[in-house]
Amino acid sequence: MYVKRGSYEGLLCRKAPGREPAMRKKGLKMEEIRFVAAIGAVGGGIHAESLDEAMAQEPHFIAADAGTTDAGPYSLGSGKSAFPREMIKQDLALMLRAGKQAGIPILVGSAGTAGGDAHVDWTLDIAREVARENDLTLRTAVIYSEQDKAYLKTLLRENRIRALEPAPHVDEAVIDRSVRVVGMMGVEPLQRALEGGADFVLAGRCSDSALYAALPILRGFPAGLAWHAGKVSECGTMAAETMGKGVIFGRIRRDHFIIRPFGPGLRCTPQSVAAHTLYENADPYLHRESSGTLDLSKSSFEAVDDVSVRVSGSALIPSDAYSVKLEGAELVGYQSIIVGGIRDAFLIKRLDSWLAGVRERIESGIAKIFGDTLSKSQYHLQFHIYGRDAVMGRLEPDQKSVPKEVGLVLEATAPTQEIATTMALVSRQPLLHHPVPEWKGAITTFACLHNPAHIDRGPVYRFNFHHVALPHSQEEMFRTEFINIGNPVYETSAAL
Amino acid sequence: MKLAQLSSLIRSKNAGPFMLTFDIMFPDEQSYLRVKRSGVLNAAAFANLYRCRPEAVRFFECDNALAFKFSLPREIFQGDLGDGDLHGGQQFMPLVDIEVP
Repeated sequence: MYVKRGSYEGLLCRKAPGREPAMRKKGLKMEEIRFVAAIGAVGGGIHAESLDEAMAQEPHFIAADAGTTDAGPYSLGSGKSAFPREMIKQDLALMLRAGKQAGIPILVGSAGTAGGDAHVDWTLDIAREVARENDLTLRTAVIYSEQDKAYLKTLLRENRIRALEPAPHVDEAVIDRSVRVVGMMGVEPLQRALEGGADFVLAGRCSDSALYAALPILRGFPAGLAWHAGKVSECGTMAAETMGKGVIFGRIRRDHFIIRPFGPGLRCTPQSVAAHTLYENADPYLHRESSGTLDLSKSSFEAVDDVSVRVSGSALIPSDAYSVKLEGAELVGYQSIIVGGIRDAFLIKRLDSWLAGVRERIESGIAKIFGDTLSKSQYHLQFHIYGRDAVMGRLEPDQKSVPKEVGLVLEATAPTQEIATTMALVSRQPLLHHPVPEWKGAITTFACLHNPAHIDRGPVYRFNFHHVALPHSQEEMFRTEFINIGNPVYETSAAL
Repeated sequence: MKLAQLSSLIRSKNAGPFMLTFDIMFPDEQSYLRVKRSGVLNAAAFANLYRCRPEAVRFFECDNALAFKFSLPREIFQGDLGDGDLHGGQQFMPLVDIEVP
């Protein structure tokens, strides 16, 4: 019988009875819990041979996160992934096949880079394709973490949204103009999904370490060790001495955990594991999570063998209030850019005053076209001067050297793409022909890289939350749906 | 001797969209301790190089990782208009030439 997927999944599979995870069925008293961190980011290209090697060690779960803010605000704002679909599909196929074959759960968090509902659904669609093509049937827990604006306003009014340092200002207008706000889940929603018998947990925005801490904590292993093991593993082989192709394998025990890589030439050393918690963290010792603060100030690191490190002493200090980190993005505007270069030594010597003249001509051109309908505060014109200080800006220590050649990127940002494009078109002539006093006669001052000279970039976004929410309950910010994915025949029979 | 000659890695990176963090790492305990004992790395020296208030700088000496860490708030948040380094990875050069006695 053919049933339209969307309907039966929602209606029937959600109520399917929860199955006990494999390890419980076996009735083993667990002395250790083992896991594989398949990769630092789903879509990065899992090393299949290393995954096979790690699977031979009989892990209890496989995990990998698929998201980051490091790619910038565009993913959260646009609803799109920063990784290509095909790469994500390949990685999901490796993880789902390996997990299903071993009968262990697979956890993927921060789906589609930013973990919004659109990102989760997009990733779910890929997972469905993988399941169907590989004849896998997977009881899947889909956890959504996008936040309703009315709900956020309620939290704000109740003083349940607290700024982190440094934070942009947040008020109801900011909430209204956000394109998307997500809450970063901790272990709790993942644990509920695992308890519900999920083969595959697909989560929206999620603490990367929580993917690794959820099941160990559920099975009674110390939270501090579980979270720290997750923190070390979540970037994949970055915790090894030299990053390379491979996976990370962890064993969490009652009073320590052991971490090692599988992959050609890879090794973890006490220093490499200790140093990993520095990476992309403002504080190397204290890491705030929903349920508490991971304290690594008393962690110790010892070599077990050439490639493995034993870690102990890590603790989770429970927090008084359960908190959920918020990430939001709002539209800045639409952008067009012009890329080119300048080689004229006379011009480069007086670059700032020349650019001031160019800017004046562009602004007067814009004023002529748009008149009162576009004020200067509604658009933004910016020059990035490569070869001088485009990368460091005000912090550039060498303000004296005169470069031989500079690259110039003009950014025009406006409320609509049409205006931004017009601004770029208006900018071309001043860039090409603004006078340089040393030269008489007609001159061309700017080497355009492209024809047309401008590139329309579309919408640009900014992050607009650096806050935590203090919800009324641990559950209210996350919504879980259980569905079966896979071969339609199996799905249907399993559901009915 | 310059800091770059003693260290194995000097790097900068986003620590989330609102902070920058800098790590200075060493190949051996001897080099790390030489820099640590010299006292040239501290919040005030960093604030001077990065033109910010010393109170805004967080400084860590991480003995077990043989590393120093500085963190400071971003002047322009990641990806906002004017940000020229989306990942924050190219902000470390002022640290490279620090003279270590």
